[in-house]
Amino acid sequence: METVTQTPTSAADERVRPNPWMRAGRWIAFLLVAGLIALLAWGVVKANNGPVNSGLAPDFTLTTFDGRVITLSQLRGQVVVVNFWASWCVPCRQEADYLERTWRQYQDRGVVFIGVNWVDTDKEARVFLDEFGITYINGPDLGTRIAQAYRIRGIPETFFVDKAGQLRAMKIGPFAPPELENRIDELLKEQ
Amino acid sequence: MTRKLILSLLAIAASFMVVAVVYAQSGYPTDDDVNRVAKQLYCPVCPNTPLDVCETKACQDWRADIKDKLAVGWTDEQVIEYFVQRYGERVLAEPRRSGFTSFVWFLPVVSVAIGLVVLAQILRGWKAKHRAAVAAPTAQAGDIPPEVLQRLEKELKKIS
Repeated sequence: METVTQTPTSAADERVRPNPWMRAGRWIAFLLVAGLIALLAWGVVKANNGPVNSGLAPDFTLTTFDGRVITLSQLRGQVVVVNFWASWCVPCRQEADYLERTWRQYQDRGVVFIGVNWVDTDKEARVFLDEFGITYINGPDLGTRIAQAYRIRGIPETFFVDKAGQLRAMKIGPFAPPELENRIDELLKEQ
Repeated sequence: MTRKLILSLLAIAASFMVVAVVYAQSGYPTDDDVNRVAKQLYCPVCPNTPLDVCETKACQDWRADIKDKLAVGWTDEQVIEYFVQRYGERVLAEPRRSGFTSFVWFLPVVSVAIGLVVLAQILRGWKAKHRAAVAAPTAQAGDIPPEVLQRLEKELKKIS
């Protein structure tokens, strides 16, 4: 009888066994796809996040059109109204006069209004400020960094910061009397 | 008198021509100049709209801004850099090839390269399996355990 010594692995098994490079390639591909999916998921979550509306108000520094430098965190102890606007925004025109009147009414009572000019040209922004006689702090949002920190969805959009620097309310869209007074009075009453 | 009048009119006409020539040669930006820069930018408030074809008020203002800056001697690159500083990198029609945005450029290339390598490996695996199936040896003596062989031999002896 023919005797054949049995080898531990047959030639066929040897051929189909994946080499280490193939296994590494598969892992890299898997990690890459997982990374891309994670990146996409992060993007979707970020895009669906609405404006910030609670917690400590994101701090920012604004250089105003007249060259002053204002930092939000240095305004603690005062109620701050942060309004995002642009000269090309029609609803911003509707509320511009009301914002200025309210600011004049409250300026000596520990209230600060900050106008953040969003994706606008200097020239048109200044024309807008002159047209409505706006005197409260106003400056451009360079690089749209402030808008990104507050995750605004459009303009006008307004945020109310209490004396402790906490975000207490926000509104998308233009204001009509007496909305501003109501919200500011509420925050002024707090110690 | 008539001669003086004609001469005066000719002098006025000549001065207008000189002004026109100087104006044309001063490099005052044309709409083509503005659009050359604008097409490298996107409207930040109306998604996926290049600035050169966007008709919103904001875009008109930005194109006017580009014109003003070109008129005072800014280069295309300076205007684009100003827009990036002012409105962020998202206004660029073509993402930059540096920093985080460089991923946009090299990630697809890397993905395709890795995909091709994986595909090649899979095809090689299939080919090897196919070859193995074709060349699979029929049962050989060595493949049968000795105890089975002994049993088979016993059974065969019983039959014979």
